[in-house]
Formats: sequence, C-alpha cells, structure tokens
Amino acid sequence: MNTLILVIIGIVVAPLVGGLIAGLDRRITAWFQSRQGPPIMQAFYDVAKLLGKEKMVVNQWQILCAWVYLIAAAVSVALFFAQGDLLLVFFVQAVGAVFLVMGAMAAKSPYSQVGAQRELMQILAYEPVLILVFVGFFLVTGSFSIEAVWQLDQPLIAKMPLLYLALGYALTIKLRKSPFDFSTSHHGHQELVKGVLTEYSGPYLALVEIAHWYETVLVLGLCALFWSTNVAWMAVLLIGTYLLEILVDNTMARMTWRWMLKRVWLLGMGMSVVNLIWLYAG
Amino acid sequence: MFGSFIKKSRAKSPWIMHFDCGSCNGCDIEVLACLTPLYDVERFGIINVGNPKHADVLLVTGTVNHRNKKVLKNIYDQMPEPKAVIAIGACGNTGGVFRDAYNVVGGVDKVIPVDVYVPGCPAKPEAIIDGVVAGLAKFAEKVEDAG
Repeated sequence: MNTLILVIIGIVVAPLVGGLIAGLDRRITAWFQSRQGPPIMQAFYDVAKLLGKEKMVVNQWQILCAWVYLIAAAVSVALFFAQGDLLLVFFVQAVGAVFLVMGAMAAKSPYSQVGAQRELMQILAYEPVLILVFVGFFLVTGSFSIEAVWQLDQPLIAKMPLLYLALGYALTIKLRKSPFDFSTSHHGHQELVKGVLTEYSGPYLALVEIAHWYETVLVLGLCALFWSTNVAWMAVLLIGTYLLEILVDNTMARMTWRWMLKRVWLLGMGMSVVNLIWLYAG
Repeated sequence: MFGSFIKKSRAKSPWIMHFDCGSCNGCDIEVLACLTPLYDVERFGIINVGNPKHADVLLVTGTVNHRNKKVLKNIYDQMPEPKAVIAIGACGNTGGVFRDAYNVVGGVDKVIPVDVYVPGCPAKPEAIIDGVVAGLAKFAEKVEDAG
C-alpha cells in the first residue's frame, strides 16, 4: 500500500518539480546575463500551450515514440519512488532514450537525422557511467535495491566521491546542457535548429518536454541517494549540484561528440573504475 | 479548467519564428535586438525559435518577391494552428520603396494572411514587441471565435 502511494506521488509530483526546476533554471540563466527572465511557471505555460496546438506529424511513428518516451520516463521515476531495483530503473529509462532516437530517425529531415545520431553518441557516453555508478551502489550496500541505501548509517558520498563526479557528467548529458548539448540546442538558431526535437511539434513536443522533466527528477533523485542519511545535507547537495550545472551550462561552449566521448569515457569512467577498485579493495 | 489554462498559456508563451524575405537587414537586426538584455523579450515567455513546427508567431521582414513567396507560403503552412503573422517594416507591410520593382510582389499579405502590421524603416524594437503583443490578442480572439 505504501509503495502504491509512493508510486502515485512519484508520477504526479515529479513532473511538477521538474517543470519548476526548468523555470528556475531559465530564471537563473537570465540573471547570469543580467536580464530579468521569464516567470518561474514559464515551463508550464509552454507545455500547456503546446498541448493546445494542432496535431501535426510527419508520420505515425512519431506519435508512438513520443508516448513511449514519456511512459518509460514516468515508469522509471515511479520505480525509483517505489524503492525498486536500480537496474530495472536503468533499463526502463534506456528504453525511453532509444525511442526518442527512433522518433527522430523516423523523419527524413537532415536536422532530425543528425540530432538522432548525436543523441545516440550521448547515450553511448552516459549509459556506461550510470551502470558503473549502480555497480558502486552494489559494492557499498550489497544490493541493487534503493531500499538498501536508506539503511546506511554513513552517506554514500563518503565512499564514492569519484563516482558522484562521474554521475555529474551523466547529469550534464542527460539534462542536455553545454558542453554536451549537441543533440538538442537550447537556442533554435544554431546549426542543428533543434536536433532530435526538430520534427516534433504541438502536443507531441509537449509529451517529450514532460518526459524530460521526469528524467531531470530521476537523475537528481540518483544524486540525492548519495546523501541519504541527512535530509538537509541532501538538499544542499542537490541545490549545489544543480547550480553548478547551470553555471557550467552558461560558461561553456558546445563541444563535438568526439570531445565528449574522450572526456566522459576517459575521465568519467576512469574516475568510476578507480572508485570501484577502492571500494572493492577497501 | 485545463482548457482555460491552455488558453491563458497561449498569450504567455508565444514562440516566434523570424523569416527574412530579403530585407536590408535593418528590421532583422531590430528583431534580434529585442532578445538582448536591454529589451529582454524572454520576460514575456517569447523565444526565438528556428523551426516553423515549434512557432506560434511568424515575423516577416522585407519585400516578398516571386522567388521567395513559395518559401514564405511553405513556412506558413508548416506552422501548426493557432498561429499569427506579423509583417514588420515598410517593406514587409507594402513593399516599401521597392513596391514598383518588377520582381516584387508587394506586402506579405499578398501571399499569406497578416494579423498585425508593424510600421517603421526600420521598425523599432518597442514597436515589434508591441506588435507581437497585439498579435497575441488577435489570435486569442481567433481561438475564441473558433470555439
């Protein structure tokens, strides 16, 4: 019964929190540029407007892919809130990510195609890091279940600080922030227009946007697990991490996918492996 | 309740798409000036998108000629309803000083329906922002009429 309530909270509250974070993000970005910025509720206005627009699709695949992306993101958040298995969460969100790429591939537009290829590269970069982080969870708690994390008496970040840094790479890629925002650019006037999102419009773009909110909450939730022993420190960790993300987003230029693979595989996976060896030996 | 939230949101989140039918670049620079910290149109939720499929408002500058009228029509057709069109500057409104040239069709309204005309040569950023706000009021009316 408790699990059911947690699942419902996850499905209902996660997109609201994700939307608010998106609004705050734009507000803080505007502050960095000494502008005023849109209202904090802006992300909700955008999505509501998109939901009310005409349904235009290039082909029927896009409808299916947008829905599967949303449902997979929602299910992975629900599993996360239900204290489920981390591996299951990982596979469900991977299915969603793959369907987003398939939706973009379904249209012949070159922008969409190039965006899809780059999105695949991004998936290739962050998924191994995520799985190594989950292996770290297993080495510390002896289980892939989230429930085991809550029983720890020492925060995970003390045992896996390098894995947290590696997760930061995955977070930046998953949030599609600079320097890793090359599959969808925030600003539509760049060389890619909107990458994987180019051919989505109206309500289907809104679905993708809501799914993105779910994913934001999911990855931030993973970060939260690193300080599971104290709620106040967990909040400090999350806010600090997200502010750092916004700072990085605003101070970095977009890089190429080769640069990303080198950095994330060498540094991200390198740090993960060092941390895993330390956990295994110590 | 959700329906009324969608209606309210339309005016709060106009994504603009900017198309240049061969203007002198004066109006285009003024359109982009609206995005700078001085005018900061993002305050009103306005985003300058590069994709007609995401856009609500089409800003057109420059004289329409026989070569680009097809492109203009194509872009207009790719925008999902509800949408608004704003013609900017003397050239966009009527063809301006080029109206008698043999290759010029005239104003934007010769090709696609225009909701708001923003005068000026070039149009001031204040006038453009004003035009977008007036355009939103227009398309709110249109949506209201359509039910």
